[in-house]
Amino acid sequence: MYQYDKYDEQMLDDRIAQFRDQTKRYIAGKLSDAEFLPLRLQNGLYIQRLAPMLRVAIPYGMLSSQQLRKLSFIANHFDKGYGHFTTRQNIQFNWPALEDIPDILESLAEVQMHAIQTSGNCIRNTTTDQFAGAAQHEIEDSRPYCEIIRQWSSFHPEFAYLPRKFKIAVCGTEIDQAATQVHDIGIYIVKGSDGEVGFRILAGGGLGRTPIIGKVIFEYIEKKHLLTALEAILRVYNQLGRRDNKYKARIKILIKETGLEKFKALVDQEWDKLKDGALTLTDKEIKRCSSYFIAPPYLAKENNPTQLTKPLQQNALFNSWYSQNVTNHKKIGYSIVTIALKETGVAPGDVTDRQLDYLADLADEFSFGEARVTHHQNIVLADVEQEQLYNLWNKLNKKSMASMNLNLLTDIICCPGGDFCALANAKSIPIAESIQRRFNTEEILKEIGEVRINISGCMNACGHHHVANIGILGVDKKGQEFFQISLGGSSKNNASLGKILGPAFSRREIPTVMEKIFDVYLDNRVDSEEFIDTYNRLGIEPFKNSVYAKSN
Amino acid sequence: MQNLIKNNELITDTWEILEKSSGPDALAASSTNSIMVPLNLWKLYRNEAEAYSGNIAIWLDSDEFISEIKSEIDEFSVIALNFPVFSDGRSYTTARELRQTLNYEGEIRAIGDVLRDQIFYMSRCGFDSFLLRPDQDAQACIDAFRDFQESYQSTSVNQNPLFRRR
Repeated sequence: MYQYDKYDEQMLDDRIAQFRDQTKRYIAGKLSDAEFLPLRLQNGLYIQRLAPMLRVAIPYGMLSSQQLRKLSFIANHFDKGYGHFTTRQNIQFNWPALEDIPDILESLAEVQMHAIQTSGNCIRNTTTDQFAGAAQHEIEDSRPYCEIIRQWSSFHPEFAYLPRKFKIAVCGTEIDQAATQVHDIGIYIVKGSDGEVGFRILAGGGLGRTPIIGKVIFEYIEKKHLLTALEAILRVYNQLGRRDNKYKARIKILIKETGLEKFKALVDQEWDKLKDGALTLTDKEIKRCSSYFIAPPYLAKENNPTQLTKPLQQNALFNSWYSQNVTNHKKIGYSIVTIALKETGVAPGDVTDRQLDYLADLADEFSFGEARVTHHQNIVLADVEQEQLYNLWNKLNKKSMASMNLNLLTDIICCPGGDFCALANAKSIPIAESIQRRFNTEEILKEIGEVRINISGCMNACGHHHVANIGILGVDKKGQEFFQISLGGSSKNNASLGKILGPAFSRREIPTVMEKIFDVYLDNRVDSEEFIDTYNRLGIEPFKNSVYAKSN
Repeated sequence: MQNLIKNNELITDTWEILEKSSGPDALAASSTNSIMVPLNLWKLYRNEAEAYSGNIAIWLDSDEFISEIKSEIDEFSVIALNFPVFSDGRSYTTARELRQTLNYEGEIRAIGDVLRDQIFYMSRCGFDSFLLRPDQDAQACIDAFRDFQESYQSTSVNQNPLFRRR
């Protein structure tokens, strides 16, 4: 993992002192609400429906066991004993007191964590694939480049007051789990025609009111040009992005209204001024950042040891968990384990202080002291010996953390919704729970197989409903909560946006609607087709006909 | 009189800023001998502006582009960039363009909604004088230059980003 040096630490300390002073002036009435707003947002602080909410960055999802324990301490000491993993590799605390925030930030700084730029109209936390560095099929580990981007974007003086928020994702794995194409900038690590590794850069993707898949701005650039290319895109956006209407202020609208070719020409014009200048990456810097992400000291092990194969034959529960939650590793004898935080009755992504401590212990015992959070709101132990999988499962099972629903119907992505968020039109957590309760047996989950259901409580789409196989969006109709269903979205390599099925439903109707949708799938699927494949083959009509059929 | 900070010091401002909609008659009506004209006046009434007997500076609003006068910037000892509201970040880009792309060596002045908590970033983008909003505490604004001791990006004093200095 990246380790701060004296420069990183100094800047973080200076930032905390700055925000402590700003908070003090705000409480003393010397800063107006409007003046304090962007300052607190750029330190992760929202004023929410019930209490302030603090969003802490987990840069590209990496956490050490020491950091997990610190998050547990904060949940316990400053909050009500739990936190909430978000869809952008952050963790949120929903109940801190405003005057405690500087102390929380100081506490985070002790383990090199922060809440910088986790909100506000600036460059946000950079995200990536949770299997980076461990995945079997990977062009190159994305994390050194995420760290390079983190440093470039942190306290960037030119881009602290953009027209709107700005999100960057980087993906170096063959299977994109980072939803790269629906980010303001999406970066793929690719091989150029000469075999050299460089970047393909997309811009203008995003969800929210106007969901759009990103467009290619740079088909291929050499590694050294990464930051100048990003700066050129940001500079065009900062100058030309709309500031008259917050719903039209994202870069996707600028590209749409300007036209892709003209936008690319503008970026090129800026890039000409920056290219090969001081911001050009040096080999030394790439090496320096890469040196923090070298492989851990793996042992020489065999694939499929008897310590694994025997319990797989003997224990059906372990077998189910293994087949759903364990992924092949690039290193022989090791596996990637995903722990699903999607227990029925608990808000997706919620984690208690005790669970955080326990995860820290498991990370120490099984995965070189590191864990990762995923944009699907789950936790990954990326480097587990196959010999230890059964042992790990037993420990998870004892604490009810061995949910085997990863990527299955009940592994739902869900925003905090109307229970917590001031922006929401509708509650989202109870919808997730009602679906989890309707589909509550392992048999039915296995029968339906992999499917992604995402729920957002409003158009801002924090639950990424547009890119779900089944998306659910809370809408407000004359003060009443309704839920609109869309089908066919995907955030993977062949990203697509879901289509709206038809008129919205009441909360009570949702589980039955889900049943009807899955009945159409089960009746029509061919061989081992997943839900999305069947949908793509059939189109939306059969689903529509079934869901809206008049009952007789 | 508004407070002006330049070279980390509070000094007396001598420039009169003409409103954005001003025409050439505003030049004649002025009682000072240092006048800051809006971009439009400079573009439309160039002869009148150049005939003005005193000092002339120019100011740009956040939706105007420095590229429009890029061949003329060295005629001005001061170029001011407006912040209609502190959260409008366009002038940061204009300042960097002036300093780093066009190599402008004169004074870049922040005017408008100029507040203590944005001064540090402004200074890093190349602003070197700050006409404070009247309610701002001048000493607190001078302290803002010391908010951070180091920066990842290039600074107005050092073009090299931290990774080239580490």
